[in-house]
Amino acid sequence: MEGLEGIIREHPFFAGLDERFIALVSGCAKNVRFEAKQYLIRHDEPANEFYLVRHGRVALEIAAPGHGALTFQTLGAGDIVGVSWLISPYRSQYDAQALELTRAIAIDGGCLRTKCESDHDLGYEMMKRVVAILVQRLHATRLQILDVYGR
Amino acid sequence: MSMAAEGAASAAAGVAGKPAGPDPWLPRLGRIVSRRRDSRDAWTLEIREQIPQSASFRPGQFNMLTAFGIGEVPISLSGDPAAMDRLIHTIRPVGPVSTALAQMRPGAAIGLRGPFGSGWPLRQAVGGDVLVVAGGLGLAPLRPVLYALLAGRERYGRITLLYGSRSPDDVLFHREIVSWSRRQRIEVHVTVDHAASGWDGHVGVVTTLVPRAQCEPQRTVALVCGPEVMMRLTVAALHAHGIPHEAIYLSMERNMKCALGLCGRCQLQSVLVCRDGPVFRYDRVRGLFAHKEL
Repeated sequence: MEGLEGIIREHPFFAGLDERFIALVSGCAKNVRFEAKQYLIRHDEPANEFYLVRHGRVALEIAAPGHGALTFQTLGAGDIVGVSWLISPYRSQYDAQALELTRAIAIDGGCLRTKCESDHDLGYEMMKRVVAILVQRLHATRLQILDVYGR
Repeated sequence: MSMAAEGAASAAAGVAGKPAGPDPWLPRLGRIVSRRRDSRDAWTLEIREQIPQSASFRPGQFNMLTAFGIGEVPISLSGDPAAMDRLIHTIRPVGPVSTALAQMRPGAAIGLRGPFGSGWPLRQAVGGDVLVVAGGLGLAPLRPVLYALLAGRERYGRITLLYGSRSPDDVLFHREIVSWSRRQRIEVHVTVDHAASGWDGHVGVVTTLVPRAQCEPQRTVALVCGPEVMMRLTVAALHAHGIPHEAIYLSMERNMKCALGLCGRCQLQSVLVCRDGPVFRYDRVRGLFAHKEL
């Protein structure tokens, strides 16, 4: 567990998080690895876990009829994959596929959500961090929708 | 004298009847030597002038190109400033003039005036790191910078190119980017806004690449060129990365017509883009970005 705590403490998503919360988060965490082309997350499935990427690259994809899978973002070391674990109805909104061998920390979303419900300070910390990621992705999506390079 | 001031002074000297060179109003005649497709919808023309000019150009400068009988548009120089016997321009057809230019075949006659405008601040970058951020066709005005940086590689610290494009098919100068990345001691990150499966590169907007740049922010000069929305968000990302506004330079290529600072078409408050720019230090044009009326 000490190893996991160290990795979680060092991950940018949890930067500056109180030690007490690090211990709580670590209680829901485990090491995982994905081979290239293996899926971390499948669209519309229960968002049971989210992932702190340590090494490797992951593509976030949306299936488009007639076009196969369209990648709208790739993530790598230091990023997190999956935010739906914190947002009702707790179902994934896209596919996440490993592009190469990817090592990550998987965090049980249900486990951490329960801890957030019973300790709102932890819940607020998690909410602030997830909202920051959502805002970044919203800005990025705006740029993509504007199609600025095509004008 | 700043580079911008130098450019304005030399242009003004020509207008005032003390020519530093040919009449800046009169297009010189050139011929298309070659035409190459450099992305899905961008074409690169190699031009030789009928009477070759002895002077080179500064990376960041532009020429006014004429498609005879149709019109004239400003197009950045995209070739190697050390190759003085030819002029390289990369063009995406968007209007009647650029469409006519992009369709020109070898042997066709073309008119050109220039080079005009300020250049990228290579002297300020000596001894430090250089971060080049390009979006879409914005890589074309920055390619001469990369040639110049690579020609004097030992004078600079880490050189990084961050390039964002719409899709894999829209990536400009693809082969050259691969070559820079593999052989030229510069760090290259390319991203596209969206991609079908099969693309194994990065997907996401170019601002997401900024944290990957291995540069020392306080000794970095950042050179940015692309659509203005992209540049605005890139500046925010660069600043968040620790690069001061005074070390960020942008190329704004708005509404240029006469290229001599006389017609006023490209005026933005007190700035004439063709005369004072197109390359500006960010803190000098910061206020112009937020005004949708400009």
